[in-house]
Amino acid sequence: MTTTDIMTIATRPRVENRPIRRILGRPETGALVAALAVMIFFSVYTTTFLTLPGAGVWLESASTFGIMAVAVALLMIGGEFDLSAGVMTGFTALVVGILTTQFGVNIWVAAIVSLAVALAIGALNGYVVMRTGLPSFIVTLGTFFVLAGADLAVTKLLTGQVAIQGMTKVPFYDSIAAFFGSSLTIGGGVFYISVVWWIVVTIIATWVLLRTRAGNWIFAVGGALNSSRQVGVPVMKTKVGLFMTTSGAAWLVGMISLFRTSTVQANTGVGQEFIYIICAVVGGCLLTGGYGSAVGAALGALIYGMVFQGITFAQWDTNWLRTVLGGMLLLAVFLNHWVRRRATGGSR
Amino acid sequence: MTVTLPTTPATIIEVNAIGKSYGAVNALSGITTKVNAGQVTCVLGDNGAGKSTFIKILAGAHTPSEGQLLIDGVAVTFSSPRAALDMGIATVYQDLAVVPLMPVWRNFFLGSELTRGTGPFRRLDVKEMKRVTVEELANMGIDLRDVDQPIGTLSGGERQCVAIARAVYFGARVLILDEPTAALGVKQSGVVLRYIARARDKGLGVVFITHNPHHAYPVGDRFLLLNRGTSIGDFEKSQITLGELTSLMAGGAELDSLAHELERAERRS
Ligand SMILES: Nc1ncnc2c1ncn2[C@@H]1O[C@H](COP(=O)(O)OP(=O)(O)O)[C@@H](O)[C@H]1O
Ligand SMILES: [Mg+2]
Repeated sequence: MTTTDIMTIATRPRVENRPIRRILGRPETGALVAALAVMIFFSVYTTTFLTLPGAGVWLESASTFGIMAVAVALLMIGGEFDLSAGVMTGFTALVVGILTTQFGVNIWVAAIVSLAVALAIGALNGYVVMRTGLPSFIVTLGTFFVLAGADLAVTKLLTGQVAIQGMTKVPFYDSIAAFFGSSLTIGGGVFYISVVWWIVVTIIATWVLLRTRAGNWIFAVGGALNSSRQVGVPVMKTKVGLFMTTSGAAWLVGMISLFRTSTVQANTGVGQEFIYIICAVVGGCLLTGGYGSAVGAALGALIYGMVFQGITFAQWDTNWLRTVLGGMLLLAVFLNHWVRRRATGGSR
Repeated sequence: MTVTLPTTPATIIEVNAIGKSYGAVNALSGITTKVNAGQVTCVLGDNGAGKSTFIKILAGAHTPSEGQLLIDGVAVTFSSPRAALDMGIATVYQDLAVVPLMPVWRNFFLGSELTRGTGPFRRLDVKEMKRVTVEELANMGIDLRDVDQPIGTLSGGERQCVAIARAVYFGARVLILDEPTAALGVKQSGVVLRYIARARDKGLGVVFITHNPHHAYPVGDRFLLLNRGTSIGDFEKSQITLGELTSLMAGGAELDSLAHELERAERRS
């Protein structure tokens, strides 16, 4: 009886196990190829791109988008979006700016309060999405507008301006700025600490995604929510955790931009939420969830930084940046679709 | 009170006049049956009869609106599927509860992953999970060289067997299968029926949902028939023949008139 079992099943044509298919099957392969192409192109086309000063500029540009893209990628793999992620980077910086300059709160305390508020908003986003069953697109669009309005109104009300001034005079400013805004000059190139944060965040996210239970759950809740619930995956905890991770990352980016420039505009971050999503998709994440990688998203942000600064170095009209981004997004979506079909054996 | 003799199999689940309404919709009422260790309880009924609703109650996905559920003679109320799982009641749903894009081994251990290390260094024991997956599937006669392939690339029967193997591996005492053969061809159905028999022979209680009496009768020990949310009988195998089961299922007279109708139509064409 056992033999017949084996016969019926083993006669099925085996899915081939060639290394090339393995590599094609990785979500970040497309982004890696694209990143190399962009890098080679601007290195040949401009003289400044592949110098230390040049690299410092595009790495800095990529780093903050990279941190957010990685967090947004985890969320997207988990099957959700966060449109409030962009405005959250400005909101967290404003909280610190206002608490310190207007209320004289200790700068470290202010930063921790800001983090706590960000995590609470992230948790609320997740809880509302899970409880109501509404698309996260709509729920976080609401959060986005609520925060965007509050940022402007409260800043204007308390400071009479649309930006925070006088941050550098706040006691202990330098002690905290060292963590978020410091830089190192190598061969005339300025390298910001944000690049280190970007790399650290990418490594941690990759580890969590591929080597922990939480990572398994993230793929599962994004790939098949009901199935996950049925086998005992803590769905609520996983989703809420993802929204909190995104708002936590937004806090980190908020601190980085605040302490690098020592100021923050009331509209900081507005409109960037879509760039994070583009970076994640260019990095191989499926918009429908359940598939993607943190390294891919980091590469997506690297491409963004290189294109953004490459266009400037090449002295093209930077207004075309968005058009280039849109084209890249469409190309990436088609490529992802094709690669995934190949990887999962086509029709089924 | 029933006295359990050594010769009679131990009853694991007892269902007493259980029912469930979805708001105004009364999906199920007054259902009574039991599940014994080493036996297969078949739940038969047409589409919409309430089969899925019934097993969702057993699986802890729904709380019954009426009646009583006893596990090992003790009344229980499951708060979640996890709670049922912790009592050894594992369910293989119609959609198999697999995540198509995830590798076979990740699916096998989903929700019950093996880990190594502690604190922040607690990580998945990938090697061991892959090894166990290969071994457990081989035990079931499935020879997968690459457990890294997405489970969505397997055939329906294979996915079904992975899901069953998973439940058995995780120490299920009762295995609930929701129409495992519904989407399968004859050959693949045979394979799945054999695994049901194999699980039964290992001493598990099996709840097998189907609308096909020809699949149910050979493996079944007890047959619960549902029609529009009510029980039209709960028989032991000795009390019923395949013919009776089939005609009860189709609603006897209805089937006869259908046969006449089809016959005439055939002659005309
Ligand atoms: N979540 C639900 N809400 C309302 N009605 C439901 C729900 N699930 C099932 N029903 C209804 O309950 C009845 C029994 O359904 P179900 O248990 O799925 O039957 P089966 O699995 O035997 O086909 C059907 O009439 C169905 O429409
Ligand atoms: Mg059903």
